[in-house]
Amino acid sequence: MMATLKELVQQGEKFLGGHRACAGCGATIVARQVLLAAQYPVVVGAATGCLEVISTIFPYSAWNVPYIHNAFENVAATMSGVEAAYKALKKKGKIDKDLRFIAFGGDGGTYDIGLQSLSGMIERRHKVLYVCYNNEAYMNTGIQRSSATPYGAHTTTSPAGTVIPGKLQPRKNLTEIIIAHEPAYAAQATIGYWNDLATKVRKALDVDGPSFINVFSPCRLGWAYPPEKTVAITRLAVETCVWPLYEYENGKYRITVKPKEKKPVEEFLKIQGRFTHLFKLKDQTPIKEFQAEVDRIWERLQKRTAE
Amino acid sequence: MIVARTGNEAMAEAMRQINPDVVAAYPITPATEVVQLFASFVADGQVTTEFVPAESEHSALSACVGASAAGARVMTSTSSQGLALMHEILFIAAGLRLPIVICLVNRALSSPINIHCDHSDSLASRDSGWLQIFTENTQEAYDTTIMAVKMAEEIMLPAMVTTDGFIISHGMERIELIDDEKVPKWLGERKVVNNLLDVDNPITLGMLDLQDYYFEHKRQEIEAMNNCLPIIEKVQKEFGDTFGRYYPIVDEYKMEDAEVAILAMGSTGGTGKVAVDRMREKGKKVGLIRCRIYRPFPKEAMLNAIMKVKVLGVMDRADTLSTLGGHLYNDCRSILYESAKKPLMKNYIYGLGGRDISIEEIEEVFEQLLKIKDTGRIDKDIVYYGVRGE
Ligand SMILES: Cc1ncc(C[n+]2csc(CCOP(=O)(O)OP(=O)(O)O)c2C)c(N)n1
Repeated sequence: MMATLKELVQQGEKFLGGHRACAGCGATIVARQVLLAAQYPVVVGAATGCLEVISTIFPYSAWNVPYIHNAFENVAATMSGVEAAYKALKKKGKIDKDLRFIAFGGDGGTYDIGLQSLSGMIERRHKVLYVCYNNEAYMNTGIQRSSATPYGAHTTTSPAGTVIPGKLQPRKNLTEIIIAHEPAYAAQATIGYWNDLATKVRKALDVDGPSFINVFSPCRLGWAYPPEKTVAITRLAVETCVWPLYEYENGKYRITVKPKEKKPVEEFLKIQGRFTHLFKLKDQTPIKEFQAEVDRIWERLQKRTAE
Repeated sequence: MIVARTGNEAMAEAMRQINPDVVAAYPITPATEVVQLFASFVADGQVTTEFVPAESEHSALSACVGASAAGARVMTSTSSQGLALMHEILFIAAGLRLPIVICLVNRALSSPINIHCDHSDSLASRDSGWLQIFTENTQEAYDTTIMAVKMAEEIMLPAMVTTDGFIISHGMERIELIDDEKVPKWLGERKVVNNLLDVDNPITLGMLDLQDYYFEHKRQEIEAMNNCLPIIEKVQKEFGDTFGRYYPIVDEYKMEDAEVAILAMGSTGGTGKVAVDRMREKGKKVGLIRCRIYRPFPKEAMLNAIMKVKVLGVMDRADTLSTLGGHLYNDCRSILYESAKKPLMKNYIYGLGGRDISIEEIEEVFEQLLKIKDTGRIDKDIVYYGVRGE
């Protein structure tokens, strides 16, 4: 099951260069890694958002696989339709290939406006892998908060002001909401652990039913860090347990990458501009609360894996 | 085969015979039955369709877009708020040139909430690039549902076929069904130009088009609409030649020598024809024009019809809320701009929220139009007919 780099390289690129993403963009690395890991021919859908906008500016396309973009909130419904068509045409003998379907959505298109259609897709058991490239804000429209934005982060609609220090609410735990749907497979992953991500993609494409992978995907512009730090930040997110890597399969949880030592959240927060205001506050309560939230989720996850 | 069917049953029956590859739908009164009946056809193995019972109309049409892009023959059904919820995706389906067919049961839009017929739902989406066909009765609804599949696929634009909520959707009528096997045979296979499932020849659909290309692509879509009336006519003729029932673009009733006429859409066409007969018995030279194909607007055929009379009463079952009167009224005024000869025109906004329109009331409209013909004067050009206190 474990993917090797050599193997992945031989796959042939399915998400090509020449697109218009920012240097250091996490979303494009997600698309590339996910498609490299796919061992089947795939048909891809994308929600409106950065990934869609930077990859398909007519007459150019970065997608070396069939691709459809419909609207912002409906990639799950769109791919439900594509998968239904595939089933129908296969039954009628009009197609004989063994295909897989992947939907890509940003956190806004997944956690917020698209949650209903994603929920519907999983409930109806469409055999589609939904990949959320989670950069924790609406980046395409200029860094507005989403329900995936973490506590304390500065965004343009949760700005750090003189009275309010950034976003006041912790992020929604979408992975758990999806797991409550009992999909065939669900996981959290990130691009800094390419092997973990690739393995999860392969599992997700092999199960017989809907699957979901929430991929932590830094945005150098929205998070305000130097572009070469994208992958390093994902590793810090895992080492601080801000983004635990785990999977859910057959009713069971498993942590797939356990940090050797759990680092304090400050190490993750301090290298990103979206959190700098927190360090300037006289009262350090928000950072303590950030840590407390991370600890709470991490402990709960450990309990679940022990069950 | 002669049977008794409601409009909803007839549309569902047509869908069963069409046996689309994918149907994605969500229930809403008064279109619910279409979805329900179709689900039972799926459950009983009478069709081989993949049925997607979506969690909303927005998702239902989104799934239709995905399925149609994948090369499938795709249908759905909705009404009112359901169509309004689909609004965003209507434009995407048309822009992607996907031949999806919606069986639309006309119902008033909220607010106030109301489940009965007017045309505000389909007319609110008239600019979305869909063919819109308004049917007069159950037979026509059934036949047109079948024809619409062929029209949409040949033109590569989506189509909505409408019936008047409850009046046609729930009213039982005697209709003639085509034999099951003849429908798919007449329709043939959908010819697909680009197919999302062709992994060996990957295409990118729904691209970002900026200032440099959007206009050209939109222009192509507009051109498809501009040029499709002959295809619609051809399909209607093919249908008539095969099954014996011919349909016009613009339906003219006793118009040869008519001096005044009403113009209407949907079931009022049928009620109006009876009123015409009664007026004719009294020796009044009246006629009726029914707009069957509403989008694309049949400019020439409509002009040809309305130029025959001295006075035209345009009956709109919806208002534009633009202060300019109803949709049909505006369209007709627009096509008459360059015409040397113009009938006097009066707009009757009627029947909103299912308010009944009787034969007697239409006769009264005719009387008013005849009076205008005699006096040459219109005191009020837009009236809300049948509303209390007017
Ligand atoms: C119905 C609708 N509302 C709003 C928008 C505007 N919009 C486009 S992309 C976007 C944000 C996308 O955010 P996310 O899903 O997180 O993806 P990202 O841009 O971060 O990649 C918004 C608000 C839209 N396209 N459609």
